Amino acid sequence: MLPDQDVKIEGADLPVKTKEQLRKYLENKEISSTQFDQILNRVINEYQNTRIEACEAVGIIAAQSIGEPGTQMTMRTFHYAGVAEINVTLGLPRLIEIMDARKEPSTPTMTIFLELEYGVDRDRAREVSWQIEAAPLHEFGDITIDMENMQIVVHLNTAVCEKRKISPASILEVAPKKIRERRHYRDFEFEMDDKNATILFMPKDRESYQNLFQLAEHVRNVIVQGIDDIERVVVRKESGEYILYTEGSNIKDVFEVDGVDTTRTRTNNISEISQVLGIEAARNAIIHEALSTLGEQGILVDVRHIMLVADMMCMEGEVKQIGRHGIAGEKESVLSRAAFEVTVNHLLDAAVANEIDELSGVTENVIVGQPIQLGTGDVKLIAKPLN
Amino acid sequence: MSTRLNVLDHAMVPDHQIMTEEELTGLLSLYNITSEQLPRIYHDDPAVKTIGAKPGDVIRIIRTSHTAGRAESYRLVIRRPKK
Repeated sequence: MLPDQDVKIEGADLPVKTKEQLRKYLENKEISSTQFDQILNRVINEYQNTRIEACEAVGIIAAQSIGEPGTQMTMRTFHYAGVAEINVTLGLPRLIEIMDARKEPSTPTMTIFLELEYGVDRDRAREVSWQIEAAPLHEFGDITIDMENMQIVVHLNTAVCEKRKISPASILEVAPKKIRERRHYRDFEFEMDDKNATILFMPKDRESYQNLFQLAEHVRNVIVQGIDDIERVVVRKESGEYILYTEGSNIKDVFEVDGVDTTRTRTNNISEISQVLGIEAARNAIIHEALSTLGEQGILVDVRHIMLVADMMCMEGEVKQIGRHGIAGEKESVLSRAAFEVTVNHLLDAAVANEIDELSGVTENVIVGQPIQLGTGDVKLIAKPLN
Repeated sequence: MSTRLNVLDHAMVPDHQIMTEEELTGLLSLYNITSEQLPRIYHDDPAVKTIGAKPGDVIRIIRTSHTAGRAESYRLVIRRPKK
């Protein structure tokens, strides 16, 4: 390929990907410059022909293209992904979840990538996982209920603390605070003994055993290490590096942990992504999640349809659901909204607010029995006056 | 916010750039639209805060597209409406 041909390709009105494919195809091929011009022109013509025309009803095509394969999806909700035995919602329920823009998916999960020096070493990867996985107090030592003195004795096992890279002092400090703030239980007092790594909890009301046992339950389950929302972490080796898979998601706090790669780590909670990484990242996440949910079921939907849906959902600056509380409920036309769901409410509200329907969309015109403004219905006759 | 996290470095976040006056007038006349007709982005969006755009600015977003390889998109920065 000659340099001036390269310039010609660069200057052509083609997508980057097509240009690259064309370059790759012409590489090491002997062609005359007239042949080259012919090829380039044919490619440009073909590209222009395959472009979607203005006024094409792409939304309906997208709806059908996702809807029809959607009917073939299994209703099987749960699936144990790979050997990580982490439970994730897949199939139709997951697709509905994405389109409904739920605040939290039914099985939130994260894929945490690690920085280079942590990712190659299993022990260091494990260290990061301890910083993330929520660990209750009972994993760090013995908890005994002293019924005679109405108190709960926690004796920390320093060996476990050392293995998990957390100092006993910090556990002792965090535990009572967390019981008050996270578990909202305040009717107790405590005494710390740093030297013996021991802490005593006493209920305020010393007369009732019920209170003692209630307190014991809180003491046992209070999270003293890790991030509260992340219930389980699995370390797996994939293509030469250790990756953490989690049950539960909290991308904001995970980004604060040392060793986490903040450029690749991701979650399946789209609303969390839109809050922490912005609307454009949320759009990418919707495309990725929808495509992988469909792909996992062996259903091939063209990415263009999913991109259109994701674009619509993210157009207003925040993630909106497809249904009546989002895109369908915010249409300009009264009749179009009424045709979707809760018909009477929409008609009544529109009447009260003195709304006007321009009858410019498809649904409205079908309702009133006019030709729709698409295809042959879009053609209008304009007469040019003779004089 | 942590000092380590740069939103723009994340693989899912495309490149955001603030458009200049001339670029914007060129864009609007090309499509014959007003800036209100562009898609929106909130002023407190993490990516907007990172590049320091103000309400009224238009942001050019350079996405790596599944279909075209590279695609440009534009968003108007607006204030997040109060609930």
